[in-house]
Amino acid sequence: MVMSSLKLQDLIEEIRGAKTQAQEREVIQKECAHIRASFRDGDPLHRHRQLAKLLYVHMLGYPAHFGQMECLKLIASPRFIDKRVGYLGAMLLLDERQDAHLLITNSIKNDLSQGIQAVQGLALCTLSTMGSAEMCRDLATEVEKLLLERSPYLRKKAVLTAVHMIRKVPELSDTFLPVCAKLLHERHHGVLLGTITLITELCERSPAALKHFRKVVPQLVQILRTLVSTTGYSTEHSISGVSDPFLQVQILRLLRILGRNHEESSESMNDLLAQVATNTDTSRNAGSAVLFETVLTIVDIRSAAGLRVLAVNILGRFLLNSDKNIRYVALTSLLRLVQSDHSAVQRHRPTVVECLREPDASLSRRALELSLALVNSSNVRAMTQELQGFLETCPLDLRADCASGILLAAERFAPTKRWHIDTILRVLTMAGTHVRDDAVANLTQLIGGAQELHAYSVRRLYSALAQDISQQPLVQVAAWCIGEYGDLLLEGSCEETEPLQVEEEEVLALLERVLQSHVSLPATRGYALTALMKLSTRLRGDNNRIRQVVSIYGSCLDVELQQRAVEYNTLFRKYDHMRAAILEKMPLVERGGPQADEEVKESQEGTRLLEPAPVPTEPQASKLLDLLDLLDGPSEDSQQPPPVDSSPEGTLIHLLDLPCAPLTPAPIPNLKVFEREGLQLNLSFVRPPGTPTLLVITVTATNASEGDVTHFICQAAVPKSFQLQLQAPSGDTVPAQGGLPVTQVLRILNPNKAPLRLKLRLTYNHYGQSVQEVFEVNNLPVETWQ
Amino acid sequence: MIKFFLMVNKQGQTRLSKYYEHVDIHKRTLLETEVIKSCLSRSSEQCSFVEYKDFKLIYRQYAALFIVVGVNDTENEMAIYEFIHNFVEVLDDYFSRVSELDIMFNLDKVHIILDEMLLNGCIVETNRARILAPLLILDKMSES
Repeated sequence: MVMSSLKLQDLIEEIRGAKTQAQEREVIQKECAHIRASFRDGDPLHRHRQLAKLLYVHMLGYPAHFGQMECLKLIASPRFIDKRVGYLGAMLLLDERQDAHLLITNSIKNDLSQGIQAVQGLALCTLSTMGSAEMCRDLATEVEKLLLERSPYLRKKAVLTAVHMIRKVPELSDTFLPVCAKLLHERHHGVLLGTITLITELCERSPAALKHFRKVVPQLVQILRTLVSTTGYSTEHSISGVSDPFLQVQILRLLRILGRNHEESSESMNDLLAQVATNTDTSRNAGSAVLFETVLTIVDIRSAAGLRVLAVNILGRFLLNSDKNIRYVALTSLLRLVQSDHSAVQRHRPTVVECLREPDASLSRRALELSLALVNSSNVRAMTQELQGFLETCPLDLRADCASGILLAAERFAPTKRWHIDTILRVLTMAGTHVRDDAVANLTQLIGGAQELHAYSVRRLYSALAQDISQQPLVQVAAWCIGEYGDLLLEGSCEETEPLQVEEEEVLALLERVLQSHVSLPATRGYALTALMKLSTRLRGDNNRIRQVVSIYGSCLDVELQQRAVEYNTLFRKYDHMRAAILEKMPLVERGGPQADEEVKESQEGTRLLEPAPVPTEPQASKLLDLLDLLDGPSEDSQQPPPVDSSPEGTLIHLLDLPCAPLTPAPIPNLKVFEREGLQLNLSFVRPPGTPTLLVITVTATNASEGDVTHFICQAAVPKSFQLQLQAPSGDTVPAQGGLPVTQVLRILNPNKAPLRLKLRLTYNHYGQSVQEVFEVNNLPVETWQ
Repeated sequence: MIKFFLMVNKQGQTRLSKYYEHVDIHKRTLLETEVIKSCLSRSSEQCSFVEYKDFKLIYRQYAALFIVVGVNDTENEMAIYEFIHNFVEVLDDYFSRVSELDIMFNLDKVHIILDEMLLNGCIVETNRARILAPLLILDKMSES
């Protein structure tokens, strides 16, 4: 059953008539089956019709790859109408990735040398659209020949095909370079346009070409001048009064590339640019397009200062224009200018801020970027106000950018800490979910550092929290603050805010609400639980409520919360005497430290795990904390250093046992290493059980003589495979007659378990003489390094 | 450089599509629907330039048909805006008061005109007479 194939018009009619997607698909499938059949054995005369239908169907989005071979056949046919459809099909259906495309090369070659302009034009068009690298290489000579043809119709197409070839095969630039200079002398606008594009492409690709073409700058200037001046005015290409704006724009763009970073060329362009800028009629869009390109060029090259001011003023005028398109391009260009001509752009700040209120999303986005770039220390308050107003009404995708922009600007230019805290608070309240993760850490850091504002911040945060517990960053910061400074909250009055009478019960109730709310993230609940715990020492009432909450959460499903709750529970039960010390106010943390969450944990763990060695100095404490950093975190089990005895109750109890338990199972005997005139040096050794490679030596210097030992310095040296850390001594004077000894701690890491060798050097003053002693410590007990 | 040139009507049906950079066929329909959605959602007071992924879209509405051109960053948006209007004027000249149906039923001729004006994403000819000359010759040949 052979149905008569439809003509293209009828097919279109039928598709239009289809009421539903399914019906349309049916029609098209029927037709495609037909087309396939006719390709196989159909009449070659009507093949082009079939392909035309196929292309229409392809445009609608249906697969049409079976038509590829047909395209080839049609291209090879001598009839123009076949070739036309064939080439169109090739452009639409074939591309580099299909294997069939190389087969066209031969046909194109023949067509290019044929001599019939229309055919050659077709071939060039197709080549420039889908020519692959191999095809370009093969056909480069043909195209070059065509560049020298007499007919401008062909030349303009050949030039643009050359552009495509250069894009695909950069080596061909050398072939096409010499022709350009000649082509520039053309009067035909089409060819000129193409040539400028070719030169632009060449210059963008190679700096050598750039240098070569700098010579033609005067020529370009001349062309543009004739275009702009009234004597060169030709009606042929004028669009709404501007003669060939497209050519003008292209020339300006090329001048921009040539003049960039090059004094000489920029200078020759200055007059011309001024002329174009002042003479162009901007009442219609074409004129504005040219003016816009001129401004861009002025900005990019090394132009005279007066010219730049002119450019900024033009942009300012654009900003006030009622046409939205013009405002958009003005904002875009001002953004580019703001780095280099900051003061000039500042003058237009009020207009830019006006544009923030535009309903148009593209415009407001540009205005936002520009406003953020314009913030400086003098206008920060006003600008932040405007930006916050914008934050309330802006579309969602801009919120994150706006919020982070405000926070950044506040950080750089905040006039006072209180203003800074206020600003961050307001941003968190309005757009809390869109801020970056480190905003919480930054804010807690900031509040922690501003001691005088503790009371103020905790009150503000409390009121904000009482109103709304859904903004997670805000809740986290508020919970942390309330935990830390809860006593200030309950105290009474603070001059900077209205008097707020807060009861203990209210505070606890609020924190419990946060804990129980389903919108709170697990991290937030962690904050709240810790805050509750801290309040147990800050509040004066009794802690039953808190203890209840903590014990309930001991069986929470979330493991992180459960761990915390169990630890706090133990704190209440077994270690109540340590609770106050552990839950003290936090010291100020260095910027860039870990999340506040972990800091709390660390400070708590840090106090538990400090070895009872003398005065843990900074390096030691941070080393400990580092260790804990690695081992801490959301994983709850084991991995807590160092479990002493394996007790069945779980690792947490080990930690708490540690300060009380003896440090080593078998103590290493002390060693006396030096004695001279009453000054004695003793070494005592400690091998902490959890770290088998670590040896802690305490050097004790005692003085039994009649005279004081002053300026006492002890230095140590170990073999290369060891790592030695010398800590600050307790003092440098050993008073006479058994006065307070000077102690110093040495930490030695012995990763290879090599035999320990130790050399000591002492310098001190005794009985008015300065003494220096260097000696090696012999007979070190074996336990020190095994 | 121009990446694509589309003519889509308000219902989302593509009337003309030309891609100057390869895009997979199923991605094309997706692209076209997204593009038309973002253009339709804008009112007439908003500007004609939209940012979409990593290109810029410049669109212009003529009755029920949207002409959308996607360009990369280097192009001058206002020049392209002008070019769209130029194109429509050429069509107007050829079809004498062009309408959407004219474009639908004479798709190949519209392609020829577009190929005369844009080659590989660059503007090549903007003069109305010169663009239509080869087409008029072709018409005369097929008549005779």
